[in-house]
Amino acid sequence: MSMINYAAREINCKIVYYGPGLGGKTTNLEHIYGKVKPETRGKLISLATENERTLFFDFLPVDLGTIRGFNTRFHLYTVPGQVYYNASRKLILKNVDGIVFVADSQMERMEANLESMQNLYDNMAEYGYDLTSMPFVIQYNKRDLPNAAPVSELQQALNPGWEPGDPAKARLSPDPYHAGENLVSQLPTGEWVEKAQYFEGVAIAGDGVFDTLKAVSKLVLKALA
Amino acid sequence: MQPAASSWSFEEDDLNAITRTISRFLAETGARSALLVDRSGQLVTTVGESLSFDPTTFATLTAADFSANDQLARLIGETDFTTLFHQGERESMYVADIARRLILVVLFDNRTPIGLVRLKMKPAVEELTGHLDRAFARARASGTTQPNILAGAGDEIDELFNW
Repeated sequence: MSMINYAAREINCKIVYYGPGLGGKTTNLEHIYGKVKPETRGKLISLATENERTLFFDFLPVDLGTIRGFNTRFHLYTVPGQVYYNASRKLILKNVDGIVFVADSQMERMEANLESMQNLYDNMAEYGYDLTSMPFVIQYNKRDLPNAAPVSELQQALNPGWEPGDPAKARLSPDPYHAGENLVSQLPTGEWVEKAQYFEGVAIAGDGVFDTLKAVSKLVLKALA
Repeated sequence: MQPAASSWSFEEDDLNAITRTISRFLAETGARSALLVDRSGQLVTTVGESLSFDPTTFATLTAADFSANDQLARLIGETDFTTLFHQGERESMYVADIARRLILVVLFDNRTPIGLVRLKMKPAVEELTGHLDRAFARARASGTTQPNILAGAGDEIDELFNW
């Protein structure tokens, strides 16, 4: 739930990084924290266990600039990826404005990715949110690892697409980040399919981290416009 | 594309009325400061003595604390806990739900008796609920409280991320 504070001239939005355990959600936030100017970000808060596994959430507020005199402030959260912590994970999704799903590209993590994606859909549905009609971006992380599955395979499994809810969207829409690919396209059978934007990442090195953040933030602001 | 939950906004008048109520509450109890936080963890305003910590972080943790306690309440068969009290050796905090939309956090030291905070909290919460209800009713009546400041800002949004 975005909040526009006219008195403080601020637009506040909430973005949640979701995905399987050890997939790189916290690493995304740590990289952002390390790279943005200190005056544009707050503290990075981690509610973690002693061995640095996220217990409740990580949190980082960042200002991404001013628009029409209003400061845009994004609250970035991660959820605990481990299956066990679903109650906490669900709490973090409350009033979310945009979602980043951080998938682990390693072939042996495919099952964990699928389980987490299903869990995301389920938890969103319990709040009455429809993931397919809100700002949603996927990051395929750990692209540098030798056992990384091909992007096409990950796309097929995790981003098969959905029927556009708005009939006006049923027209070819190229993916601005991947030449020759489309975000909305027509199947040979005539049905239209819309997919989430995706990015390849190596979060530990910072690759793809800001592309992902920019894409989801832009979608969130455009949803308000 | 629609945002997941309905957005909402504050006008200057709403905030002034809210601040007046909280200031009076602080004066009556001798509590040091108060923060008003929305349920998603965003800080709405702070009133009273200036804070020696980062209020944004504090707001986030407050909302998480409150949400977690809501779930605990449900597990034991309550719908929610409308107030929480955290007692420290010198500093304590009292947290109250406002209209299920906002959370009021009051910080006070051991010179302020908890009984007084509890006593004065009830009318303050009722008054704050009144301010919010009026703001929401007005928003519903007019469709929106303010013209959408981002209407037609597509190009400007693209420009914002041009880095």
